[in-house]
Amino acid sequence: MRIVVIGAGIVGAACARRLTLDGHDVTVLDRAGTASGTSAAGEGNLLVSDKGPGAELVLAQYAARVWRRLAVELQDELDGNTPPIEFEPKGGIVVALTDVGAQALRAFAAGQREAGVDARELTPDEARDREPWLNPAARVAVHYPEDAQVQPVGATEALLASARRRGARLLQGTEVREAALDDGGALVGVRTTRGDLAADRVVLAAGPWSAEVAGRLGIHLPVLPRRGMVLVTSRMPHRVFHKVYDGDYVGAVASDAADLQTSSVVESTAAGTVLIGSSRQRIGFDERLQTRVLQEMAAKALRIFPFLAAQPVMRAYGGFRPYMPDHLPVIGADHRLPGLWHAVGHEGAGIGLSVATAELIADQLAGRRSRIDVAPYALTRASLQPHLTEQVA
Amino acid sequence: MREVVVVGAGPAGLRAAENACQAGAFVTLVDSSDELGGQFWRHLPAARAAADEHRLHHEWSVFQRLRASLDAHPHCRILTSADVWAIEPDVTAGAGLAVQVIAGAADDSGRLRLTLLPDALVLATGAHDRVLPFPGWDLPGVFSAGAAQALAKGERVAVGSRVLVAGAGPFLLPVAASLTQVGATVVGVHEAARPKQLARGWLQKSWQMVGFTGKLLELAEYAAGHVRHRIPYRTGSAVIAAHGTDAVEAVTVARLDEGWRPIAGTARRIAVDAVCIGHGFTPRLELPIAAGCAIGEDRYVTVDALQRTNVAEVYAAGEITGIGGMPLSAAEGAVAGLAAAGVTPPKALLAQRDRQRHFASRLAAAHAIRPGWRAWLTEDTLVCRCEEVTYSALHAPAAGRSRGLRSRKLTTRAGLGICQGRMCGRTVEDLLGEDQPLLGAMTTDRRPIAIPIKLGDLAAESTTDTAALEGTT
Repeated sequence: MRIVVIGAGIVGAACARRLTLDGHDVTVLDRAGTASGTSAAGEGNLLVSDKGPGAELVLAQYAARVWRRLAVELQDELDGNTPPIEFEPKGGIVVALTDVGAQALRAFAAGQREAGVDARELTPDEARDREPWLNPAARVAVHYPEDAQVQPVGATEALLASARRRGARLLQGTEVREAALDDGGALVGVRTTRGDLAADRVVLAAGPWSAEVAGRLGIHLPVLPRRGMVLVTSRMPHRVFHKVYDGDYVGAVASDAADLQTSSVVESTAAGTVLIGSSRQRIGFDERLQTRVLQEMAAKALRIFPFLAAQPVMRAYGGFRPYMPDHLPVIGADHRLPGLWHAVGHEGAGIGLSVATAELIADQLAGRRSRIDVAPYALTRASLQPHLTEQVA
Repeated sequence: MREVVVVGAGPAGLRAAENACQAGAFVTLVDSSDELGGQFWRHLPAARAAADEHRLHHEWSVFQRLRASLDAHPHCRILTSADVWAIEPDVTAGAGLAVQVIAGAADDSGRLRLTLLPDALVLATGAHDRVLPFPGWDLPGVFSAGAAQALAKGERVAVGSRVLVAGAGPFLLPVAASLTQVGATVVGVHEAARPKQLARGWLQKSWQMVGFTGKLLELAEYAAGHVRHRIPYRTGSAVIAAHGTDAVEAVTVARLDEGWRPIAGTARRIAVDAVCIGHGFTPRLELPIAAGCAIGEDRYVTVDALQRTNVAEVYAAGEITGIGGMPLSAAEGAVAGLAAAGVTPPKALLAQRDRQRHFASRLAAAHAIRPGWRAWLTEDTLVCRCEEVTYSALHAPAAGRSRGLRSRKLTTRAGLGICQGRMCGRTVEDLLGEDQPLLGAMTTDRRPIAIPIKLGDLAAESTTDTAALEGTT
């Protein structure tokens, strides 16, 4: 099949690669350069630790397995010109700093264990052993060996390079204008700023901008941006060994509140910097810095790792997570416009979930049975129906 | 009383503060150094004051007068050793901007965080010098012209005993002069522009230069100094490599063609123990960008006749609106200060500013960087020194390569180090866009955190009470 993938972020890149493996003729287009949006604005989390039992956790557990295989495959097949993806199965440690938090974290981890997550409570000695610089006041620490990290831009570029090796075309600086429809109203391609592209299927993977692109195709898609910030310190000797979170993180992911939420996620990168996330705000596509956000993030990071107080922050960056009203991605066909498929709405988990999303898209296009149940991610799920009715102006 | 915050205490900022005070505003002047004066009037600290500052500085008396008038003014508050690290919308008022300051010596822990909420903001953050890379430019003994100048003026230290000055622009002359004044032997000044390029700026329609006697006299003085010290001045010539094991021992200079490409067979080696390089200046745009100011195609802040930016009550003056030297910066500062205080600047002042600007734009054209310089790069020439990224890493195979700046930076790591691209950003952009232009409006000038700030300071509460400053500055 001829497949056009809209969006050259990590989800589009993963889909493009997976679809070329099935022998499809794939074209990826992006209005900007590759990995210019949300994929370049996060930490590169591949997490199970932050997800409670449910459909998102199932997808994350599947993704964790795919990433472990893919990291090896990509390394084997790509040459020295491809940037490293910096896959590190370093594991995560979630800590609670208050008694209330400790109770909540223990209960959360117990639920995860029942859902098959490897979540091990550490003794204070074990915690100190794994993270010597951790605040000794931490009440509880839970180790999640399945958590991992990639450099998200490197991973996106590697997936695209792999897709190109298998014949995929990449069109940067190419923006979708409108749908090309057949007489029956089915999507048979897209009209772009650089000409028309015929396609048997169009996969929309434009992250938080998917609502705008869907609108141009005549479809209402309720995906919204949620602002997030990350702080980057200058390089330092390696003193943070896992992805380390405070327990608040768990609450923030699942929450619906529009106002500022921050919770601390601290980790080292291969380059020697420390990344400190993250914030969540629903403020549209407003890019301006808000120092109160950074202040809160810094304060929370210091609760976990007091030694960071003397470290300079040299950069802050922000991006927009794409989220659906019911906080689950949409993976699959759009029943309203035959030919259109979605791979959108992964919120803050898109780097991790991208590769599992690609598997599900490829399976459904091929008529194969997937390793996990795809129904929870369908556009037709009940929790989304109230949000699909709005007419496009 | 109208509150005006002026960021930067060089010629533009000082004149802005002076004029805003005189026009009846209450002024807070913020500068990161511990002394006023900026790069232009960088001088020994008060504790080690010298009687001969006037010898090293042009218009030293102008500075002394400005400093005295601001010190004495009851409505001027001066914050030195104070960095503006961010500018953001004032969320409490719902309008206007909040200027986030961190005050106290840079290496202290527990610097004070202060939030200023001005009625008008004058940005006069200046520029830092631009240095085009060449093989060996990372050797000890290779200095930016600005750094060499700052050491000479601010510390009375010569960067070497046999020094070669090279690059482009009229700034090379005062640098050479300062070096000789602190005891160095300047073995030559090598200007990359060829006489034809220079003549187009300097000589064409020379009647337009009437009124620049001051500037021309200043340059004539430098020229006379050069004659006195027998400093050779070469045009169409550049340093294309520096050599040495632990430090620079020699440089290779070569003649350049019109497009700044080295001419084969003209290279020669000159023994030196230091080399000072400057290819013009890069404006410091992080604060204007944070404030929401429009940046023009020329990569300077866009301003109108009253130095207003597109953001209400935000004014820009000095090198961030275009490189023009002290007289233009001072004139722009005066206009901005008056306008920020709500007073219409006199026509004569505006006319003077316009004449200076015209002169500056001619000079900028005369010394503008031309693309042939890339020919002196080798594959292993470092471009980004913080992250040790070489030229070869920046021009990896074009096919399928990202055309997004962010992706290219994150995959090469160019510009991601501690200087955050202040040194290499423009060069990295030029080289990354060499075969195929980059897509999108993102530039290396965007740095939402304008200076590094310790996490401990970032986590602290900010105050709007400037009384808290007593005893810290």
